[in-house]
Amino acid sequence: MTALAVPVETEERTSERSDRIVDLVQRQGALAVLVVVVIIAAAAFPNFRGYDNAGTILIAAAPPALIALGMTFVIITGGIDLSVGSLYVLGGVVSAYASKWGFLPALLVPLALCGLVGVVNGVLIAYTRMAPFIVTLAALLGARGLMRALSNEGSTTYLVGDDGFRSFGTGSFLGIGYPVWLVAVVFVLGMVLLSRTRFGRSVYAVGGSEDAASLMGVAVRRTKVTVYVMSGLLAGLAGGINAAKLGSGVTVLGTGMELDAIAAVVIGGTLLTGGAGTIAGTIAGVLLLGVIQNMINQVGNVPSSYQQVISGAFLAVVVVAQTYLVKLRRRT
Amino acid sequence: MPILEVTDVSKVFPGVRALDGVSFALQPGEVHALVGENGAGKSTLIKLLTGVYQPDGGELRYRDEPARFATPMDAQRAGISTIYQEVNLVPLMSVAHNLFLGREPRNAFGLVDERRMIREASEILVRYGVTTDVRRPLGTMALGAQQMVALARAVMVDAKVVIMDEPTSSLEPREVETLFGVIRDLHARGIGIVYVSHRLDELYQICDAVTILRDGKVVHTGKLAELERIKLVSLMLGRDMSAVRREGFTGFAGDHTGAADAPPVLRVTGLSSRHRLHDISFAVRPGEVVGLGGLLGAGRSETIKAIGGAYPVDAGEIEVGGRTLKNPTPVRAVQAGIAVQPEDRKAEGIVAGLSIRENIALAVLPRMARWGLVSDRRIDKIVDTYMTRLRIKASGPDQRVGDLSGGNQQKVLLARLLATQPRVLLLDEPTRGIDVGAKAEVQALIDELAADGLGVVLVSSDAEELVEGADRVVVLRDGAVVGELTGTNVTTEALLETIAAAAVSSEEPHDN
Repeated sequence: MTALAVPVETEERTSERSDRIVDLVQRQGALAVLVVVVIIAAAAFPNFRGYDNAGTILIAAAPPALIALGMTFVIITGGIDLSVGSLYVLGGVVSAYASKWGFLPALLVPLALCGLVGVVNGVLIAYTRMAPFIVTLAALLGARGLMRALSNEGSTTYLVGDDGFRSFGTGSFLGIGYPVWLVAVVFVLGMVLLSRTRFGRSVYAVGGSEDAASLMGVAVRRTKVTVYVMSGLLAGLAGGINAAKLGSGVTVLGTGMELDAIAAVVIGGTLLTGGAGTIAGTIAGVLLLGVIQNMINQVGNVPSSYQQVISGAFLAVVVVAQTYLVKLRRRT
Repeated sequence: MPILEVTDVSKVFPGVRALDGVSFALQPGEVHALVGENGAGKSTLIKLLTGVYQPDGGELRYRDEPARFATPMDAQRAGISTIYQEVNLVPLMSVAHNLFLGREPRNAFGLVDERRMIREASEILVRYGVTTDVRRPLGTMALGAQQMVALARAVMVDAKVVIMDEPTSSLEPREVETLFGVIRDLHARGIGIVYVSHRLDELYQICDAVTILRDGKVVHTGKLAELERIKLVSLMLGRDMSAVRREGFTGFAGDHTGAADAPPVLRVTGLSSRHRLHDISFAVRPGEVVGLGGLLGAGRSETIKAIGGAYPVDAGEIEVGGRTLKNPTPVRAVQAGIAVQPEDRKAEGIVAGLSIRENIALAVLPRMARWGLVSDRRIDKIVDTYMTRLRIKASGPDQRVGDLSGGNQQKVLLARLLATQPRVLLLDEPTRGIDVGAKAEVQALIDELAADGLGVVLVSSDAEELVEGADRVVVLRDGAVVGELTGTNVTTEALLETIAAAAVSSEEPHDN
């Protein structure tokens, strides 16, 4: 009997080990690529190595990172939120508009408005079972229209009136902008929420198998509404930060931000089909896109549009790799 | 005093009265069998008990008080746990997270205590014979082990009632023993158990009481030991007892002589696949049903899939009608005349969201297309032919397959296979999860198809079905052929002996 048991056990162990490797690559692949890209960039561009440049990369990545954070939660539940790009712009305009009343309104008004849109998204998706793609596409169009109306077709630009809010956007601590510190805190909270709370587990469960989750007693609808509200809130916060940074509510940026966020999340190893993903991966995905942009700026004579070509290529490679890894795992 | 009781409940769906004045009482510490054909109302009753549906009339009482469960969550909180027929856990999540989802141990900050959870999960699962790393994704484990996790999850809460819907359908015999051990333990602790199964042996082994449903009504309830087996079947089917006796438990008529000297329509020689299949050889003549016997994991499904081109093969030859099938792929296999009915009907067989017509047409499209176009009339004709021939019960060819009963779904799948005009039919568990009446019909169909000259390979975990349905049985173990039963030797006893003997002889070389 013992002789019989030995080969069985080793076979299982190797399959477990290969499982772990597959798992690790899927989760940390973006991080590995990021490290490689940073090393190459540091070797090739002397200016890239500077501490200042790191600060530049981080401050540029702060708003997209917030949007990608919300998107990570949404995608893990198996959904998608297309409205965040529009909400980001709307949030910026509203924040600049509200800044004449002071610091707190500049920060909270966009949160309230975008959070409300998130509630509408979430309720429609969770209770009427409409497709997230359609619901949030409608919200994208609606938020864009609202932004246009507020800015008189883009002809009016609201300047940030509150000095405190303006210096929050431009000031820095240890050479790193205040917004980056805020984003870092929000990310830590997000990580704890996703990986260490019951709510976080229910996010994974809903995305992994909605039917099973509901039979296991998970509050599926409440979970869905919550992730869309979070996504809206974070887009609003990103808009507010951007307004503080730029000193005005800019109406032309932000188109396609939702797609950049989805790209960053997927590059970070989160499955577009839901049920698996990490926030650490999303950070790596956001930074990867940011570093590529920065590198292209360093080269100087390459039009920045090529950044999108390269990001697109990365995305394609990652999705192919993910599909392959999932297949590999099924076989073992 | 019953712990869970429904009195005179009804449930109406559009066009169907699923339950009609049903009363059912579960005593504490009782294992109560709930039996009936598919469509008799078992699932609906379970869903009423667990808060998935609300009754249209009648009363639900739990622990001697009127109760109303708005959601499965409510029922679970109240102490009613359910294990579903198909494992209802999240495959991408780890075993431990599945086990503890919604009730993870938390530390002083309200955060999930991962370490404690993993430790407790391991401790709990050892008692169910599951010893793998609980951090592994659940989906990487065998189906039986997943079912054990579902069982552990259902029982570990402070359950007063545990409802089990076909819990053994994906378990190996050893795991069934573990399950029965758990049931006996629950029984001793005074927990009420509702046990739904099609397997009569199991019912008589583990259950105290029985309630039989037919067409949404209770036709019998009482002590199981006092109910003769044949009486139970006749009550379930609404058929005369003597008819059941005469026709046996299965729908198979008997031997198909076939042409004993005819050249085989399928010949498999030395089929091997890394780790799973070792040098498998057998042949099927036209008009013959060859059974593949063995335990779960013996390589029966893999053999069938390999012949159908859906499982990687390292060596071996597959011949159909004397012609070698080179580099088998599903497309080439179908073209050669091989039709495979996969084990998992829902995942690999039917397309639940499409109509009967569309499901059947899927198979014939490639063959019937002229310059990429297919005539609707010709499809209608084929669909009509098979719906009549296979006696598919539906409102019409446009009904969604997902809305049909399991038996009719299986028939649609068979129709689709037959529409490719195969020479060999490979059936993997053709009657799993379908009710007794439909089972007999599918079995009779297999007979008819063989009589028409098809070569049939039959895989079944049901020994009776294998023995009564097959003319010869090839017995597998650990991916190799270990015996063959022919002629009068095709009996349940001989089958079990061969499997058991094989188990002994295959261990010997390791001991030496």
